[in-house]
Amino acid sequence: MTTSDKKKYKVIGTTPIRHDGADKVTGRAVYGIDFHTTGMLWGKILRSPHAHAKIKSIDATKALALPGVHAVVTGKDMAVARDIEVEAGETSLNYMHLSDNVMARDKALYKGHAVAAVAADTQHIAEEALGLIEVDYEVLTPVLNGREGMKSDAPLIHPDQTTKIMAFRFDPGTDSGEKSNIAGKSQLKLGDIDAGFKEADFIVEREYTTSWVHQGYIEAQNATAHWNNDDNITVWNSSQGTFNQRQLMAEILKHPVSQIKMVPMEIGGGFGGKIPVYLEIPAAMLSKKTGHPVKMTMTRTEVFEGTGPASAAQMKAKVGATKDGRITAAYAELVFEAGAFPGSAVGAGAQGMFTTYNIENVLIDGYDVVVNKPKSAAYRSPGTPQACFPAEAVIDELAELVGMDPLDFRMKNAAKEGDRRADGVQHPEMGNLECMEALKASDHYKSDLGGPNRGRGVASGYWGNAGMPASCSIAINADGTVSLAEGSPDIGGSRTSIAMMCAEAFGIAAEDVHPSIKDTDSIGYQGLTAGSSTTLRNGWAVFEVTNQAIELIKARAARLWETEPENVDFADGVFFSKAEKELKLTFKEMTGKLMETGGPISVAASVAPRGAGPSFTTHMVDVEVDPETGKVEILRYTAAQDVGTMIHPDYVEGQVQGGAVQGIGWALNEEYFFSDKGAMLNASYLDYRVPTMLDLPMIDTILVEHANPDHPFGVRGVAEISVVPPLGALANAIYAAVGVRMRDLPMAPHKIVKALQEKNGKTK
Amino acid sequence: MRPIEYVAAKTVQEAVTSLAEKGDAARPLAGGTDIIVQLRGGRRQLDRLVDMKAIPELNELTYNASSGLRIGAAVPCYRVYGNAEVAGAYPGLIDAASLVGGIQIQGRGSIGGNLCNAAPSGDTIPALIAHSAVAEITGPGGSREVPVEDFCTAPGRTVIQSGEILVAIRIPAPAAHFGACYMRFIPRNEMDIAVVGVGASVVMDGNKVTACRIALASVAPTPVYAAAAGAVLAGKEATEENINAVAEVAQSAATPISDMRGTAEYRTHLIGVLTRRALQSAIQRAKGA
Amino acid sequence: MASEKTHVRTTLNGEATEYLCETNQSLLEVLRDVLLLTGTKEGCNDGNCGACTVNMDGRIVDSCLVLGVEAEGAEILTIEGVATPEGLHPIQQAFLENAALQCGICTPGFIIASKALLEKEPNPSEARIRHWLAGNLCRCTGYDKIVKAVVAAANTIGGKK
Repeated sequence: MTTSDKKKYKVIGTTPIRHDGADKVTGRAVYGIDFHTTGMLWGKILRSPHAHAKIKSIDATKALALPGVHAVVTGKDMAVARDIEVEAGETSLNYMHLSDNVMARDKALYKGHAVAAVAADTQHIAEEALGLIEVDYEVLTPVLNGREGMKSDAPLIHPDQTTKIMAFRFDPGTDSGEKSNIAGKSQLKLGDIDAGFKEADFIVEREYTTSWVHQGYIEAQNATAHWNNDDNITVWNSSQGTFNQRQLMAEILKHPVSQIKMVPMEIGGGFGGKIPVYLEIPAAMLSKKTGHPVKMTMTRTEVFEGTGPASAAQMKAKVGATKDGRITAAYAELVFEAGAFPGSAVGAGAQGMFTTYNIENVLIDGYDVVVNKPKSAAYRSPGTPQACFPAEAVIDELAELVGMDPLDFRMKNAAKEGDRRADGVQHPEMGNLECMEALKASDHYKSDLGGPNRGRGVASGYWGNAGMPASCSIAINADGTVSLAEGSPDIGGSRTSIAMMCAEAFGIAAEDVHPSIKDTDSIGYQGLTAGSSTTLRNGWAVFEVTNQAIELIKARAARLWETEPENVDFADGVFFSKAEKELKLTFKEMTGKLMETGGPISVAASVAPRGAGPSFTTHMVDVEVDPETGKVEILRYTAAQDVGTMIHPDYVEGQVQGGAVQGIGWALNEEYFFSDKGAMLNASYLDYRVPTMLDLPMIDTILVEHANPDHPFGVRGVAEISVVPPLGALANAIYAAVGVRMRDLPMAPHKIVKALQEKNGKTK
Repeated sequence: MRPIEYVAAKTVQEAVTSLAEKGDAARPLAGGTDIIVQLRGGRRQLDRLVDMKAIPELNELTYNASSGLRIGAAVPCYRVYGNAEVAGAYPGLIDAASLVGGIQIQGRGSIGGNLCNAAPSGDTIPALIAHSAVAEITGPGGSREVPVEDFCTAPGRTVIQSGEILVAIRIPAPAAHFGACYMRFIPRNEMDIAVVGVGASVVMDGNKVTACRIALASVAPTPVYAAAAGAVLAGKEATEENINAVAEVAQSAATPISDMRGTAEYRTHLIGVLTRRALQSAIQRAKGA
Repeated sequence: MASEKTHVRTTLNGEATEYLCETNQSLLEVLRDVLLLTGTKEGCNDGNCGACTVNMDGRIVDSCLVLGVEAEGAEILTIEGVATPEGLHPIQQAFLENAALQCGICTPGFIIASKALLEKEPNPSEARIRHWLAGNLCRCTGYDKIVKAVVAAANTIGGKK
């Protein structure tokens, strides 16, 4: 929208119907939960009813005696995986922890932790068998809060765990040597905050909390596994990364990677939650024991209790500014509940926290604390919504103290190209300020709120995006179409975007490219469908294969025209002779001549791009608060985001809208409600309140196309960041509406009423 | 879910016999929107479900301006609010029937089932109480009638005895200048369980209230008929002060708990707010009636 | 205990369809696991997400809350019965043209529910669409484009486009 030197594209920037569209609106698309094969058994997981308990014994005798039951497996049937940490896209993973999370061995570490699995003829029989497995638990005191868990007298969840002290994410760090539930302590430091705060005329320091929230993908985790007689394992599932999961399977099962084939079925949402493995392992083990393919699907309750939600956080933020509105220093302490095993997204959160601002002095202390709750997993811009909430709320208070419009205050301090982030890295070219300016120029900003108890809030957000490797292959068909194979599970229309870049390169229509998503035996390595990287990295792969193909076709044209390949060029979908202008053939015409000029052409390539352009965004929301009930109605919502070059603008906008609504849910109503024993009490869509259609207005967008200079098509990750600002924006809007600062998420109606009563001096 | 015996009864007698055979191990099935979830979640274990939907009497919805409304126990919500005459005469019931679950639930779930499920939060129950509804029960020992306010005895428990079924709910014809309203508070705008629900009805004579009934959901182990609250307003002018007085008495009729859906303190607060709002709406409707 | 199977006769997507099911199987399980019509999706299995919405005797219902045995004599429409050999239904086309799906798992439920709405009320307001579809959860789109797709479909069906 704002970039004046925007490249002219024919396919990129248009909105063709997605290639998998007809299948998905007719019910023909086969998702993981839909997979079916002959001789298939059904598996079910027995889960711990206790948040923290020693498993003294498991007796499956009665379950195995139930007609229709084929096998039972437990943690004792599993090998001990390697105790090493590896980077896994958005967070880190430790194979041993992952293995123990998939199936508890000696201790159940959260309610819902898998302790055994059964395979039976039907789901109902498998479920009945679960009730017949006898587990003898010794119940232990659970640790249910990060700050409580940090105390030296807290029960230790992993008795041998010490604290790893890191200077930045993925730093191997040093070891504290002291036993603690604090698995990691990280610090980001820039400048000198003491000096910075001395310079400040105003300082605001506050404490904040957020609750556990779930990605809430509608398709539950599922896996069907077949351990064949030749020891080749095939898994059909719904995953955000087949190659990553293949590696995890290999490590946990101690089985060669080459003998595991992961087949990506259509995936019904993920948002980070379908990166780890869960059911894949017990399904494979049960298949090995029974000789049958075994299908497992989670119930919605299991999804809430037994997968990887996003961490709750307890946070402090302190920011100082001068009278004229310059931010001089920022400090934060972030305590993230990792869940039962180390590895929250606290590091990513710290990296995103004050990053939309140019602040010379920043210090952020992050703590990764294990608690007896499900092991956290990635959720859309992992860690960043939590961390940006206090940042944006404190900055809003400072703007008020300084006497500036909240958007002006942000614009005055906005980070620009070349400014340093808290981790010292300089910002590349990006559109942070452009988003703020676009929002300020919007009709929304200029509109009146039009009534009492209404308020407007703004908040900004950052997410670094990821690169990761990608592979694709193309086959040129004689009719001018192209078959495009790639391997990244398509959660939101990525295969169409990838096909569009391919079409653009060849000068053909999007519909003339036929994309498909292949299993791990059929395509080169792919990173995760995560980190907003899929379109970006596959765009690079497409760029490689199309360029190679064009060179090969040039040679064929040269043969036809009896000249040398270097005398042939390709532009706007046409091959032509540089010397003789009348010699030209379109891409389609050329493909019809491949057989006569040397046979078919296909090309494959693998790439490992870096230079994922970071994402910046600012959101604005108008709310009306019912001061008697505390209910917040969203009147108007606008998200301004730097989206780079848009390949398929409708699907870019959809990502922005969808993320914003997830953030709205996080801000207002979504939370894990735990009993004092650590049991989740609201493990259903009835009481875990994701927004319904009736809770929302249209989500307006301002899509700023600041092309990524490090990408052949200008692609910048777009999918995650929009979940970040709603938390702060809504808190700020509620304050503007009724004058209370809500610092604990979710900002549920009862909390708002209580805050209003306290503000008005009513005790009752 | 365990295997279960399914019986589709054709007559009230057949249903009664079939239920009586199994005692507590059998339950009637109407829309199934509660009981199937309970069976699947292991919260109820039964040997037999007796389907009521094929019994003609339980599927009748009859309205007569003088004798009132009779809702067969298996009549789904949508049929109640989809009937223009009924909708005009029983606005509080319509409020409730059109906000139970979503459209899918209303296509199947019945008001009789909502009553028999006896959840403290059952949305239609305070509305029925406000409308002075009566439950018609038939069992091995014959038929009897129970005012809806006396129907629920504990969470999930009712006056229905082993072998008995709810046949219909009867609501008297509304008096002239009658108005009613059901309001609930939920954090979202749909698909939630009431944090608090309030049913209110009034009969007006000018600006004077001649009769008033208040009933509450989600504030005690059963839906509550707050008779004392309604009595405050009977014979009085519909002033803000008098309405506030009703709300205060309603608050004292409740014994709310704190749970994941709201704190006791918040619930008490909401009873006051919603009683006032529901009453005001009922009065407005009465004035327009 | 092993249960006997019940023989059920229905009309499914316009065709007489018979199946055998156990009494503890929901209509959703019958559709997906017995008849292998997996277009109807399971999202929560307790009536709170609408992914399993089918049309039964002219009303939309959550098929997870209907027992297979209860469908005796019923007329059922699932997503597999919406398109015709002539092409997609205008609602299906509108969902594609308006990018109203991302992962697509909720889409069959939304289409069945929207179709029932437009058959009853050809010209619903945005507020009415949001009310009618509140029982269908989508976690990808933020609903914006779904609302627009239903409006677009209403216009197509009404000849306004």
